[in-house]
Amino acid sequence: MPTDVLDRELVHSGHVGCPGCGATIAMRFVLKALGEKTIMVLPACCWSVIAGPYPQSALKIPVLHAAFETGGATATGVRAALDMKGDTETTVLTWAGDGGTFDIGFQSLSGAVERDENFIYVCYDNEAYMNTGVQRSSSTPYGAWTTTTTGKDWKKLRKKNIVEALVAHRIPYAATASIAFPEDLLRKAQKAKNMKGSRFLHIYASCPTGWRIPSEMSIKIARMAVQTNIFPLYEVEEGLRYTINYRPKEYLVREYFRLQGRFKHLTEKDLDQIQQMVNEDWELLLRKAGEHV
Amino acid sequence: MKRVLEGSHAVAEAVRLAKVQVISAYPITPQTHIVEILSQYCTNGTMKAKFLRVESEHSCMAALIGAQSVGVRTFTATSGQGLALMHELLHWAAGARLPIVMAEVNRALAPGWNIWVDQTDSLAQRDTGWIQMYCEDGQEVLDSTIQAFLLAETVNLPVMIVLDAFYLSHTYEPVDVPEPEEVDRFLPPFAPKFQLDTAQPCAFGSLVGPGDYMDMRYQIALAMDDALIRFGDVEDAFAALFNRRYGPVEAIDCADAEIIFITSGTVTSTCRLALQELRAQGEKAGILKIKLFRPFPVDRIRKELQAAKKIAVIDRNFSFGASGIFAQELRAALCNTPRHPVVFGYVAGIGGRDVTPELLKEIYWLTKNSEVPQKESIWMGIQEVKYAD
Ligand SMILES: Cc1ncc(C[n+]2csc(CCOP(=O)(O)OP(=O)(O)O)c2C)c(N)n1
Ligand SMILES: [Mg+2]
Repeated sequence: MPTDVLDRELVHSGHVGCPGCGATIAMRFVLKALGEKTIMVLPACCWSVIAGPYPQSALKIPVLHAAFETGGATATGVRAALDMKGDTETTVLTWAGDGGTFDIGFQSLSGAVERDENFIYVCYDNEAYMNTGVQRSSSTPYGAWTTTTTGKDWKKLRKKNIVEALVAHRIPYAATASIAFPEDLLRKAQKAKNMKGSRFLHIYASCPTGWRIPSEMSIKIARMAVQTNIFPLYEVEEGLRYTINYRPKEYLVREYFRLQGRFKHLTEKDLDQIQQMVNEDWELLLRKAGEHV
Repeated sequence: MKRVLEGSHAVAEAVRLAKVQVISAYPITPQTHIVEILSQYCTNGTMKAKFLRVESEHSCMAALIGAQSVGVRTFTATSGQGLALMHELLHWAAGARLPIVMAEVNRALAPGWNIWVDQTDSLAQRDTGWIQMYCEDGQEVLDSTIQAFLLAETVNLPVMIVLDAFYLSHTYEPVDVPEPEEVDRFLPPFAPKFQLDTAQPCAFGSLVGPGDYMDMRYQIALAMDDALIRFGDVEDAFAALFNRRYGPVEAIDCADAEIIFITSGTVTSTCRLALQELRAQGEKAGILKIKLFRPFPVDRIRKELQAAKKIAVIDRNFSFGASGIFAQELRAALCNTPRHPVVFGYVAGIGGRDVTPELLKEIYWLTKNSEVPQKESIWMGIQEVKYAD
């Protein structure tokens, strides 16, 4: 990685993210890779706040705040206008949360990707609607407590697989990444930058506030999500060619779950079942990558 | 050059002449003819513009918000359900001070499905901060659309050009289509007052507390007031080149009129015929056509109506639980003047029902023969409907 990329800093230190906020770490790395010739479309999410109140801005690139469900469409317009002005160099980046991507903004994203709009869409995934106080989204994992899945009503549905949904669009580039694997994250963001068409990065971004974990555990939990196969690191080109970027050492999901307050109600039996689900998903991914034996 | 054009195509020709750079649209009857032509213009090089074939009206307006924020001229068209779906982003476009221009073909809202004219869709957007102009014929549609860009870009507010479904959108009329060089003289290329620019990074639309928010909203209110003045300037500049002018309102035979119809859209044309017949019978009738609905030209309206005894407001729309929307606006405009006409409200032509000269004359006689209005709005032509609870 060139040092000018590593050294450049497009996030000011005075942002208002919570201590240990994974979304803020993700932003720092992605902007290092993309550089200052980037225009950001920012639909409603925690980052709408982190970016700072008027007249301040925590980011050193132009930011267009956008309605919650419009990440794909607003970027479509920004790109079109830049192209009309003859500026094909500037990168258009949509930066959205899981709710803004998996749920309310899914149509807009799907439309943009189907049209192969020339932009990068980053979904930082903290697995719930955090801005509004930890409500469940379709990215909330099986087993999780949120403020709308409380008590015995903890979420008993699987997390939507957003990357596979985009792969079904034959998107030129889709990849998962994690704040705990910065080299991999930087490489993928740079790779995306150098491609054309729709590109999607799904970044695992821990949320100490919403997950009921100590802030210093943010990176550790993110690393464990990868090591347990809960959040595998992989990339897909042209919706066909899968590459798995990290070979986990088969850690057990139990460790990951036991460290987080949002899962504390789960029984050993629940965890066994979750382990089985994770194994299944991993097998499926291996098969897609042509690595199944 | 005079051409025989559909109302929809009058819009499209104006958009071509305005050299719009980004067009985004989603199909809905009766808006489709506008955007089909524009799509072809973008394909065959008649226009140097990008046509974004988005997956919904909501995304359509979002895309224009994105494009306009980069500093290019933008346009879309929609109707009924499509406009309703855009609602959140209509507030956004105005709040962000983006001079987007949209043609809105008035269509009734479902259920049941009805593609015919009804103004409730656009009037339900009256508080979004969009300038609204209701047009009567193809020429007015073309001229107003060209003017809309200049007005929008002067005050940094979006403009909605409103036209009746079918009666205007699908009706062929002779329309004088100006030459591109003439329009260039009237409408210079868009020079944005602010734009997204990596050389000068700014954040647009950030979190804003009650202090600044209220001040920003007041700025929009001031811009709307300014739009009323600038509308006149734009019309002056247009008239100097093209010799046509419409006014925010048009007063027809109002000077000595005792009863004045208040009309908008194509009902105005029908009413002109009814007026001729009433005048031929010696009736002191007049028409006040309302073109500019937002900003509402209150002072002009008060002035034109000051000598009348009664007004008969024709509403092709309805606010359930209140009354026809133009009637509400007229009452509000008049109530603080010391002497003003009695306001009679009539609901007619809902969901595309025909409003005939006979119906308008019936309204005239009802108004003339009643001392005071029996109701805030009288629904015309309702005979057999009984309330079913
Ligand atoms: C149409 C609309 N509905 C609801 C909201 C309220 N809202 C703002 S941010 C947000 C949650 C965002 O969740 P996510 O996209 O996961 O991002 P996060 O806050 O977790 O970073 C919600 C529900 C809104 N702004 N607009
Ligand atoms: Mg979230």
